[in-house]
Amino acid sequence: MKRVCMMLSVLAAAAVTAQAASAQTLKSVTDRGMLSCGVSQGLPGFSSPDDKGNWTGLDVDVCRAIAAAVLNDPTKVKFVPLSAKDRFTALQSGEIDVLSRNSTWTLSRDTALGLNYTGVTYYDGQGFMVRKALKVNSALELNSASICVQTGTTNEQNVGDYFKANNMKYELIAFATADETIKSYELGRCDVFTSDVSQLYAMRLKFAAPNDHTVLPEVISKEPLGPLVRQGDDQWFDIVKWTLFAMINAEELGVTQKNVEEMAKSGKPELRRMLGGDGNLGETLGLSKDWVVRIVKAVGNYGEAFDRNVGAGSRLGIARGLNKLWNQGGIQYAPPIR
Amino acid sequence: MTGEARKAPFRPLARLKRIGGARASWSGLAAQAVLLAVLAWLAYEMVANVRANLAAQGIASGFGFLTHSAGFAVSQALIPYEQTDSYLRVFAVGLVNTLVVSAIGIVLATILGFVVGLGRLSPNWLLARLAGGYVELIRNLPLLYQILFWYLAVLGALPGPRQSLSPLPGVFLSNRGIVVPEPVPQASFAIVAAALALGIVIALGLGFYARRTLFRQGRVVRVWPYALAAVIGLPLAIALLFGAPLTFDVPELRGFNFAGGVRLLPEFAALTIALSTYTAAFIAENVRSGVLAVSRGQWEAGESLGLSRGQLLRLIVVPQALRVTLPPLANQYLNLTKNSSLAVAIGYPDLFSVFAGTALSQTGQAIEIIAITMAVYLAISLVTTTIMNVFNWRVARRGQA
Repeated sequence: MKRVCMMLSVLAAAAVTAQAASAQTLKSVTDRGMLSCGVSQGLPGFSSPDDKGNWTGLDVDVCRAIAAAVLNDPTKVKFVPLSAKDRFTALQSGEIDVLSRNSTWTLSRDTALGLNYTGVTYYDGQGFMVRKALKVNSALELNSASICVQTGTTNEQNVGDYFKANNMKYELIAFATADETIKSYELGRCDVFTSDVSQLYAMRLKFAAPNDHTVLPEVISKEPLGPLVRQGDDQWFDIVKWTLFAMINAEELGVTQKNVEEMAKSGKPELRRMLGGDGNLGETLGLSKDWVVRIVKAVGNYGEAFDRNVGAGSRLGIARGLNKLWNQGGIQYAPPIR
Repeated sequence: MTGEARKAPFRPLARLKRIGGARASWSGLAAQAVLLAVLAWLAYEMVANVRANLAAQGIASGFGFLTHSAGFAVSQALIPYEQTDSYLRVFAVGLVNTLVVSAIGIVLATILGFVVGLGRLSPNWLLARLAGGYVELIRNLPLLYQILFWYLAVLGALPGPRQSLSPLPGVFLSNRGIVVPEPVPQASFAIVAAALALGIVIALGLGFYARRTLFRQGRVVRVWPYALAAVIGLPLAIALLFGAPLTFDVPELRGFNFAGGVRLLPEFAALTIALSTYTAAFIAENVRSGVLAVSRGQWEAGESLGLSRGQLLRLIVVPQALRVTLPPLANQYLNLTKNSSLAVAIGYPDLFSVFAGTALSQTGQAIEIIAITMAVYLAISLVTTTIMNVFNWRVARRGQA
């Protein structure tokens, strides 16, 4: 009944505390000396704990980057695992400071929830996974199939739209957590498991026989995934937003975890501005001058974080694709730090 | 109780005082009125404060979302439902699913509970030990664990639809559930149904006649062969005359799943089995305590009349045991209904799963949806309690006569 407790805690929080979420997040994080970050309940590549309880993943690195920028210590993060259904309530109620949990940016989530998306950490799309033994080559051959999906995701509605548009019938079985969903799919309750493509690859690693399953070529939706903060705290919104932009800009300018110290000494004006040698850009955010140095030292630039967690350097081995920088054929683009 | 019930003279002031407590003084009444006013003010403040704070945080509120299109499919809808229907419709679909699983669970749990409870008191050593073992095993394991066990380990272990088991022709058992042929009414359906109804009326009349003869004349009349003939023979004769009232739409494998027939989802089956077996273990203990509360003398009196054990239980012991058994039984029914919200773990689309789950996360209107859901569970529980109280009152009154 954790879910209900959380709902009630929102109600209680809303009812008892007189002041709404105001510009207090940065202060409360620094006072606490700890960033509270909402992540998934275990999605390899994005956020999952290893056998020693250390969290790793792309979404986790965003949390660590924020902690590095704000607290100068990437380990000062408390990770709060959340199901798809509970994630937004946890942020609304103030249980977490930022939600970095493969969440799709949509208009209704950006408006009706009282939350703000700060950017896109991963451009994804929804796909389908089936058993190879079914000999299905296209999602258009899935008429009358049973489909397992995790409840509380954009995936439920996307499936509905896609099957309706293609005049196909289907049966949707919705489970509360990702693990229950794939367990049922693995047992054969469903013919199809649907989710964002990155998740399909990540979850497949958890199967007993990953090679018996294949991801169909169709990508049926746009799923831009990114971190969220509460509405009404513009300073905190800017900090989270520019942390991601700093990682992307660092990649664009060739600043890596290894060379960041050297680069900080460089004379190039754009590097001096970004890495704090010139001006006080970090201080205008409410951070220190060397905030970008801290971030890159902690988690590396965007490309390094991507490769290490989901890309070529990881078990997932997902191609960069859309997530390449804008000047290399992708659409990852950050406004300049100046 | 003898004589007529006493009727209090009509005295409104005295009555008001009684409401406030038998010995309340006027100052006591005033204190209660103040307390009531404070509670009402607190409730008002809470609602107003929540509304103000939700608005300040920019979180949408109000009940307008109920008319918006839901856009997702539900695996089991017993009322017509399309994914373009509104969230209100989703609410109705979830509510019906909750009520259905609760009602079937209550019936099965009651039957199984009585069988196990009486079995535990049986003079048959093996039967009593088996029943005792059942109770101890089932009621000491967490319900969620049992639901997952039935769903993942038992029903999940069935083969896929293409290799499904077929224990009877037209019946298929697979990890997609149980598919049985669907009865389709034909032209003669109405007249055969009427014949069946007539047969049942005749059988009831015969039963009434036999009972009256027994009580008035002390004679046992054997009517059951005639009753059976009326219930089965009459509709059968009509069906032979006018043609079969039903044909069956036999399911067949088409694509990934079965087309045609009626399908019982494995989620539904697992939840029903788990809820009813779990609650039955508690009901069995209620039944046992009720039977043990019937005094030894009643048993001996029945035995000395030469009643068989079955007659003894049916005519003497169980009717008296009900007086002790019924009040805690109502609790078990409430528990079963509330426990049905664990459906969310196995993807059965009950009220909690589709409305307080999917609809909530899509609209983000947690406070409204949780409030509606709480009100519904409360209403279901109060209705169940009322029914059980009326039933209990009748049984208790009969017991006193």
